[in-house]
Amino acid sequence: MKGEDQVTNILVAGIGGQGVMTAAEVLSQTALSQGYDVKKTEVAGMAQRGGVVTSHVRFGRRVLSPAIPNGEADILVGFEPAEALRWCGQLRPDGVAMVNRVRQEPPVVTLGLFTYPDDPVAEMRARGIEVHAFDAGAIARELGNLKLVNTVMLGAIADYLPFPAEILKEEIVHRFRARKPDLVAVNETAFEAGRAAQAAS
Amino acid sequence: MSGNEAVARGAWEAGCRVAAAYPGTPSTEILEYAATYADLYAEWSVNEKVALEVAIGASLAGSRSMCAMKHVGLNVASDALMTQTLIGVGGGLVVVVADDVGLSSSQNEQDSRHWGRFAHLPVLEPADAQEAYEMTREAFALSEQFDTPVILRLTTRICHVKGVVVPGEREERPVLGFRKDPARMVMTPLNAGRRIPLMLQREEKLREFAEVTDLNRIEDGKDARVGFVTSGPTYLHILESFPDAPLVKLGLSHPAPLGLIRSLAEKVEHLVVVEEVEPLLEQEIRAAGIPVHGKDLLPRMGELAPHVLRPAIRAFLGEAVEPEPAPRRTLEFTVPVKVFPRPPTMCVACPHLGIYYCLSKIKNTQIAGDIGCYTLGAGHPWNALDTCIAMGASMGVALGLDKGRSPADKDKRVIAVIGDSTFLHMGMQGLLNIVYNRGNVTILLLNNSTVGMTGGQEHPGSGRDIRGMDAPQVDFRKLVESLGVKPERIHEVNPYELPTLFKALREEVKVEDTSVIITNQPCVLTDRYSHQPPYAVDAELCTGCSNCLAVGCPAIAVTRRETVIKPNGSEKELTFVAIDSAACTGCDLCPGTCGPEAIRPLAEFNRAGARV
Repeated sequence: MKGEDQVTNILVAGIGGQGVMTAAEVLSQTALSQGYDVKKTEVAGMAQRGGVVTSHVRFGRRVLSPAIPNGEADILVGFEPAEALRWCGQLRPDGVAMVNRVRQEPPVVTLGLFTYPDDPVAEMRARGIEVHAFDAGAIARELGNLKLVNTVMLGAIADYLPFPAEILKEEIVHRFRARKPDLVAVNETAFEAGRAAQAAS
Repeated sequence: MSGNEAVARGAWEAGCRVAAAYPGTPSTEILEYAATYADLYAEWSVNEKVALEVAIGASLAGSRSMCAMKHVGLNVASDALMTQTLIGVGGGLVVVVADDVGLSSSQNEQDSRHWGRFAHLPVLEPADAQEAYEMTREAFALSEQFDTPVILRLTTRICHVKGVVVPGEREERPVLGFRKDPARMVMTPLNAGRRIPLMLQREEKLREFAEVTDLNRIEDGKDARVGFVTSGPTYLHILESFPDAPLVKLGLSHPAPLGLIRSLAEKVEHLVVVEEVEPLLEQEIRAAGIPVHGKDLLPRMGELAPHVLRPAIRAFLGEAVEPEPAPRRTLEFTVPVKVFPRPPTMCVACPHLGIYYCLSKIKNTQIAGDIGCYTLGAGHPWNALDTCIAMGASMGVALGLDKGRSPADKDKRVIAVIGDSTFLHMGMQGLLNIVYNRGNVTILLLNNSTVGMTGGQEHPGSGRDIRGMDAPQVDFRKLVESLGVKPERIHEVNPYELPTLFKALREEVKVEDTSVIITNQPCVLTDRYSHQPPYAVDAELCTGCSNCLAVGCPAIAVTRRETVIKPNGSEKELTFVAIDSAACTGCDLCPGTCGPEAIRPLAEFNRAGARV
């Protein structure tokens, strides 16, 4: 746990359309509700078209630069294994990476112009990084809705935040309670499944 | 809230009554948020120049008004700006310009602060969303106090960063009303000549104001080896990187408070200007006889974030520098791992896919492109775009390619590709020019009924206004015809019907005249697009010809490759594919490229993937 003057840095990485921005927004709102100063970068424009998407979420007593300085990310949330590998250098030496193992190959790979790394998670571990990798897609599919990947990933980092996991869970549930109350229960399940998956991996 | 939302909030609170913009990353959301305030007139204008002119008119009518644009938009609007600076304002007039520092989604990276110098206008530069909110309010007040349009300069790091913003209340302001004053507002040479000294006096008054306003301040620090001069988001990057350094923080960065800067220079060993992008302040400070560093230490492009700033300044101070990865031309940082690139692609079922499939199959072409999603046609697998310069430029460039062709290019087919919104923004005049000058150009007008690249905004061809209400809708066929294109040279086609599209394209490139092919299917990201049942690939029938991959749809993926020896002894590579049925929207494009008819409706397959 960090000193109270320190800033918590979370780097969320994935591909356009995966829900990176939503996950970052939920984290930011939760931190805000805990009385932190929060800054969150948004990447838009061409990133919407299947490109790389990252979001920097920083919170603490006072946050200055919105950009996480190199090598100072506490948590890397990788929605895709190659994207996690791409950004893993941003982690501090004792940082932790949560990685969804579902691979998504871009057209430049399927067309044979580039190759996809054999095992991105192993490459990260070879660099001495603590990686928790699991198939968030399978968990979401079992629960009947692929969009739950987002909640699974948030559940996975919930025990690494400077506030109780329940608070993050409540923020997620709160969002659904107003607009889609029928999705509250399944999101709670997905959140806990994410927590369990990271602990087991 | 984000910087963009904060600007909209600040404008509304300041009693702004009219706001106009053309969408452009990273500025787009300013007007989207402004339109959520019911008591503020908001519009998508056809281009940035018109947006500024609407704001000018509203200002002269006595209302506080604002226009917003991305950096390249101010180039378009600059004609009006350069003269409005002579006239001044009625109600406060704020020109918000968002520079894409780091080129996240732009064709260049330019420093809009130049316009403040060029047009003798004050430039405000907020450092974060809270300041964007405060300075927007301040900008309206300054505009009226000094009788000047005010430039509010943002960067991507301001526009798209969300932070805590503490808002206030809306100020209700009387509308002053339009007062006729031709000597001031009719810019004949005589009248304009009388206004120039007034503009220069105003700039001097602003220079004095810059020395005393709270917008500019010195912040002391105990490490006097380097003192920084900073404007915009670099302020926070410096605080993050060198918390003990003294600095001058400039909110009103033009005219620069040289007295304030000199007083800091006297207290520190070295003065370093940290400004994105060009060395504007640096040159002014040096010209004032103050020794200063800047671009001799720091890059002239991209963000000056901590990962750039720290090593550069530490090296300057002779301190040990830990190796940091080189900055990349995006908002983010790169790391020393090798991962394939993931460039933006066109969407699954995008109506532009069929167009580029056809273009990639036509030989002997020179294709002038334009600004929009369809710029991606320059990439794999189509490689079907030869130029992309500025909004609407495809028209003029195509005519130039036609008229300037070398004897060797005599048989080249000159084609222009332009989107609906870009055509209305700046392409119409270019088409008129092609027709008038008897150009031999085939124009593909890709009408998807939205501004796609910026996230699906409305425009005069979409039939809706900024708030989603019904609006008059331009008829592209009639428009093109009225610009002089012969009716028989205009084709309206469904871009998913490949044979029709091919036929129209093949015929028109052969005709020595101006032709226009208009597509008529909506962007897949809008609510106008309707999904159909998805397709799948019958692995038994797929021959590995890879023709469907030439469509470039991201839902088609390679499953395996195989090299075979043909009867004549030559090698041939086969590429077998599958369709991601969860992503497929059943647009019916790729089945038309499949000879063996292996692409079939998903409903024909059982759970094991076999046809039933």
